[in-house]
Amino acid sequence: MSETSNAQWHDEPTDYEQAGKLPRLRPASSESPSLGSLNITAAATDPELLDLPWHIALEQWPASALAALPRGISRHIVRFAHLGGSVIAVKETSEHIARHEYHMLRKLQRLDVPCVEPVAVISGRTTPDGDELDPVLVTRHLKFSLPYRALFSQTLRRDTLTRLIDAQALLLVRLHLIGFYWGDVSLSNTLFRRDAGSFAAYLVDAETGELYPELSTGQREYDLEIARVNIAGELMDLAEGGLIEEKVDPLATSELIMDSYRRLWTELTEKESFELGERWRVGARIRRLNELGFDVEEYAIKTAVNGTQIQLQPKVVDAGHHSRRLLRLTGLDAQENQARRLLNDMDAYRADNNPTLDEEFSAHLWVNEVFEPIVRAVPRELGGKLEPAEVVHEVLEHRWYMSEREDRNVPMAEAVQSYLDDELRHRRDEAEIMLTADARTIGIDEDSEYGDN
Amino acid sequence: MATVTFDQATRLYPGTEKPAVDKLDIDIADGEFLVLVGPSGCGKSTSLRMLAGLEDVNSGRILIGDRDVTDVPPKDRDIAMVFQNYALYPHMSVADNMGFALKIAGVSKEERAERVREAAKLLDLEDYLDRKPKALSGGQRQRVAMGRAIVRNPQVFLMDEPLSNLDAKLRVQTRTQIASLTRRLGVTTVYVTHDQVEAMTMGDRVAVLKDGILQQVDTPRNLYERPKNVFVAGFIGSPAMNLLELPVADGGVIFGGIVYPVPGSVLDAAAGNTVTLGVRPEDLVVSATGEGLPVEVDVVEELGADAYIYGHTTLDGKNHDMVVRVDGRRPPMKGDSVFVRPEQGHVHLFDTSSGLRLAETV
Repeated sequence: MSETSNAQWHDEPTDYEQAGKLPRLRPASSESPSLGSLNITAAATDPELLDLPWHIALEQWPASALAALPRGISRHIVRFAHLGGSVIAVKETSEHIARHEYHMLRKLQRLDVPCVEPVAVISGRTTPDGDELDPVLVTRHLKFSLPYRALFSQTLRRDTLTRLIDAQALLLVRLHLIGFYWGDVSLSNTLFRRDAGSFAAYLVDAETGELYPELSTGQREYDLEIARVNIAGELMDLAEGGLIEEKVDPLATSELIMDSYRRLWTELTEKESFELGERWRVGARIRRLNELGFDVEEYAIKTAVNGTQIQLQPKVVDAGHHSRRLLRLTGLDAQENQARRLLNDMDAYRADNNPTLDEEFSAHLWVNEVFEPIVRAVPRELGGKLEPAEVVHEVLEHRWYMSEREDRNVPMAEAVQSYLDDELRHRRDEAEIMLTADARTIGIDEDSEYGDN
Repeated sequence: MATVTFDQATRLYPGTEKPAVDKLDIDIADGEFLVLVGPSGCGKSTSLRMLAGLEDVNSGRILIGDRDVTDVPPKDRDIAMVFQNYALYPHMSVADNMGFALKIAGVSKEERAERVREAAKLLDLEDYLDRKPKALSGGQRQRVAMGRAIVRNPQVFLMDEPLSNLDAKLRVQTRTQIASLTRRLGVTTVYVTHDQVEAMTMGDRVAVLKDGILQQVDTPRNLYERPKNVFVAGFIGSPAMNLLELPVADGGVIFGGIVYPVPGSVLDAAAGNTVTLGVRPEDLVVSATGEGLPVEVDVVEELGADAYIYGHTTLDGKNHDMVVRVDGRRPPMKGDSVFVRPEQGHVHLFDTSSGLRLAETV
């Protein structure tokens, strides 16, 4: 038996007690240190996981093991490392919390909620001297995602902030619809991806979260209250550090999430009554929900006893209306607003070029003649700046403004070149942005050597 | 300051038959530190969240003071959930980190300063109010987080496993601080943990729950010395009480080769031919003359003055784990066989079928 063979791999158990599979053996590698009896719970086997220095406390990991920027936002010790072709976040915590969060993230993923991807829980870590080390939770860094504090270089602008809060409210509504009580809603516990000028929010920290069959109003309201207080605190902190436009009022801004959330929640769940003759309102409600990016999978219609009134209530709504349509037509995977933007262009393309063609066929042509040429035009060295779908959105936008400014129909090739030279080249890479130490909140159980930064 | 009353409070999740919390009755005194403890799924966190307003109460009531809060929204209940979020903000001073929630609540600047100063005094943070959190030690940061809850002057503190995030050293330190602080403040506190040691060291009283049903609510001493049923007997105490199903004989209970004397009136109350006998590891005596129950030693845990034997005995053809505390200077060896018997007057008897306690300690 090799010394590395003590590591135990488990397929993801459906509950904490269920035993995993038999250990899978892996040949010893000469540079590999002793692994002791690591216990790894993972959904998919990433053999590279074993190459990371689990026998060293996270704080002391050598720079060679780390991805460029070392720290994330967490009250625990967190480090970023390379794993295969991606970047992973490694968080030291207690075994109970690591497993809870791992399983919670797995469940959220299955329910199609935007959240970070859990990779593994690793326990049974010991130093070569036999001292025990805390278990870790490993999650995959979300490519092209941004912490809110990385969304500004000098100061955070008010309209950016408003869009962030709208994205956060939408995420909270989606979580509440599936019965997830977050318990620690904050901008710090969320990552943002650009979405055609808006943002799409992803849950990063599920430590305090619980899934219920359905949430009570008390739970939803309390989550919202936590969101408001945390966002106010985060903005007050930015204000104190001079990192936010002066005209931004932290308190008033934090209250935006209440309005944004409540508006959306009402639209998605409210019972609506109307006269029998106004049946068109059923279709109108569904179109309104589609516009907001939701599909209605199930709704309840009741007629009143006297038969003159209809009551309509959406039962199951599912986010991602436009993303799904885009995926179905083109196979492209994009955020909701990006999808909306691309679909608009695709529809216009069809109307202009081949209005009689099948939607699917025209979509295929659009991908070949519009989408792919733009993406291919981006030189390799600029590939890490923005996601392809966001680049296409920006090019379309750029072309529209250019055409308006110059009062002519600017050809696509010219617009693309101008976009690359004047815009994209001057942006920073966002594929793997993580935070630098001075841009984050401080955890309580961290060593105060942090203060030296 | 206020009392807290659970009055037949019940939580039934939609689509389930068995309540997560079933007719919970607890009266918590003003200023009391009550701990809810039990294994995973026992309903302790659900009970706390019902008090917080985070779970609907399907029947029964919850009162804070004389006020029925059963249908009051969480933020209007005058409670503080402690350590909900204890990330500290790097650009804000310690004082602002403690007082920012008051600012959100619209409390005046003067009052904010006053409340923060008071809390800082209690927490021994007065000298640090103007500093930034990065200048603080881990323990001091933990106290700033506690300060956030204290400045709100709530009627009740609610704490749901607040220490589970901390490393072992900080956990023990903070445990002591929380207990002494809430007593000094005199604020009624309801604290949830799965760790019975934490429960026993912190609570004025401890409520033990299992399967949504309150098993016993009592002082730590009474829970230890007079557990109401087999579950509490086995749950409270570390290492756990030995619980053995033993046959009844004339004048007592058959304990290996001896009859442990028990008054007939106690045994008459038992439903069957057996009783469940409970005896703590420290209440077993190793018999030099080979009397009592034979225990084969599997592991010896030496702790200096004392040692614990983890072993097993055979009852009715089945192995049964046993833990015995012995003199640490002359512990038996692994593989040895020893005979043990209970010390007279330290045995707990339970009805085997109902699990209920039969009498005072015999």
